Amino acid sequence: MEVNFNGNKKTLYQSVLADEFPDEMGRFGPFGGRYIPETLVPAFTALEAGVKQYLNDPKFIQEWQGELNNWVGRPTALTFAPRLSASWGAEVWLKREDLAHTGAHKINNAIGQALLAKKLGAKQVIAETGAGQHGVASAAACARVGLPCRVFMGAVDIQRQAPNVDRMRQLGAEVCAVESGDKTLRAAIDEAMRDWVSDPGDIYYIIGSAVGPHPYPYLVREFQSVIGREARKQMLEQANDLPDAVFACVGGGSNAIGLFYPLVNDEGIKLIGVEAGGQGSGLGKNAATLATGVPGVLQGAYTMVLQDSDGQVQETQSVSAGLDYSGVGPEHALLQYIGRVRYESATDEEALEALSELCMTEGILTALETAHAFAAAKKWALKHPGKRILIGNSGRGDKDMATLSKHIRGL
Amino acid sequence: MGSYKEIETAINKVNASGQTALIPFFTAGYPCLDKFSSDLIAISEIGDVVEIGIPFSDPMADGMTIQRSSHQALQNGVNLKWIFNQIESVSDQIQAPLVMMSYLNPLLAFGYEALAKRAKSVGVGCFIVPDLPLEESRDLRTALESMDLGLIQLITPATPKQRMIELCAASRGFIYAVTMTGITGSEQGLASSLKNYLDQIIALSKTPVCAGFGVRSAKDVKMIGRHAAGAIVGSALVEAMESESDYIGFLKQLR
Repeated sequence: MEVNFNGNKKTLYQSVLADEFPDEMGRFGPFGGRYIPETLVPAFTALEAGVKQYLNDPKFIQEWQGELNNWVGRPTALTFAPRLSASWGAEVWLKREDLAHTGAHKINNAIGQALLAKKLGAKQVIAETGAGQHGVASAAACARVGLPCRVFMGAVDIQRQAPNVDRMRQLGAEVCAVESGDKTLRAAIDEAMRDWVSDPGDIYYIIGSAVGPHPYPYLVREFQSVIGREARKQMLEQANDLPDAVFACVGGGSNAIGLFYPLVNDEGIKLIGVEAGGQGSGLGKNAATLATGVPGVLQGAYTMVLQDSDGQVQETQSVSAGLDYSGVGPEHALLQYIGRVRYESATDEEALEALSELCMTEGILTALETAHAFAAAKKWALKHPGKRILIGNSGRGDKDMATLSKHIRGL
Repeated sequence: MGSYKEIETAINKVNASGQTALIPFFTAGYPCLDKFSSDLIAISEIGDVVEIGIPFSDPMADGMTIQRSSHQALQNGVNLKWIFNQIESVSDQIQAPLVMMSYLNPLLAFGYEALAKRAKSVGVGCFIVPDLPLEESRDLRTALESMDLGLIQLITPATPKQRMIELCAASRGFIYAVTMTGITGSEQGLASSLKNYLDQIIALSKTPVCAGFGVRSAKDVKMIGRHAAGAIVGSALVEAMESESDYIGFLKQLR
């Protein structure tokens, strides 16, 4: 399938540097847009107006920043990893989103959108979740602002991320098991959309990744860019220089866009997104959307999609629930298309190995999702000795203990 | 050869005879592949226009029934090419003009120009694309209209008046008035406020207005018929087909 757009890659690259995306149609070059049921059109019109108003309102930004500082615990640390550095022959720095409240970067966006929902007069918040991190973050943020929260989670994910399900309930959220479709993140998003269609006036949907119809990819990027802004400043302060290469894992791509976006104009920095290589190559065996997908419309946006030649979206496979997704944020599709970011994949096995190495060398139990970034970073470091590497340590791995226990016991 | 005018004409003709147009919807290739073409012929003998559902892996505007039928049809191996071939093989026996309901991605994968050509040749006059709002519809609309085919726009109770006007102007064949905010297959029953809502759309539209979502009984069809040109019956028909009950009898008694 061809990518349709006006203008060539060079022009698009310049537009990215000039920060021109998304445009007024919600496009990142050819990608993005808003493919939604008619019932949701008025809700999206209201959301877009609200986003425009509040994201440009210094008082709102101050309120959100206050929550980030005093409730989330930002700025999160930038940690030098001396033993990992020695082992890889590199200088390795970690941006510690695992230290943020609720244990992952998801909270930056969840609290931002919960505050926005409150301003827009929502009576009910809904959210989807894959690994459960966004569900937990949304449940916590809704409790914080005083709104009821309903979380849709695939039945497969409920099983493999059980501790997070109880956390959400403890935080007062209602958790709805999704038995339709692939019973993972994609089905959860479909179900959240269906719920929203039933009451578009009173529901606010906190989407958890930089995916979906405009303005979500933009909104999530704005709330997650705090990661990259902090990291850039901290690198200059602590390492006295910017990194040579930056790695982040990519499912929908929210932590990656948050880390990359403030670094895009530092053209000397190599940006590398790492997708889930699952059990290896072949449709249905992985979630490497950017590596092997083709453009299509999934869940409201024109983006890269894992699909067959008939346009049917394919199921994915990954040890990490948070990366197990057949689509990807439209801005990543553009950054790949113009060559500003390179996207690779790491297999389940490589991710598990990387997770163990980080535990043993630095005493950090990272999330299975995040471990994919470490696996790719290690490979790169071994090929490029002596380089300064920044890794987005997007979340902690406590939630993965059920999966890890099986692995440790060789089951 | 399909065209949107043929659909409009078919509905107007039924209305002129004092009846409400009946538009049955069913998912292609469900419950099984072998019966699709014979089902289509039988349904076209009762329906004034027939709406064929193209299965998609992510039917985000549909309820459990259509989700289930789409999923099973895909398991059965259905794709758009096969559906076109099946329709073509029995096109001389099909008694009603055809409409296709599809999410955008399968159409995108087929290619818009190829789609318009193939649809035209097998007698499909219009498309309903539930995840394609007016703002994103230019490319597909252009491809379809160049072959005298059209896009049917949906209007919902949440649609503001100004947008109703734009949607009425853009819609071809008929206007699909969604009776409730929600997904397909509801059993809530039709609201009494439906009358004002339908009358408002009819006042704005030159194209026939047909109502769907939650239409389950002869009573529903009759109520809609007092205001709108036609009634669309989807989930209730699919349920009758999957339970292997007499779905043709079910359709007949809706009149």
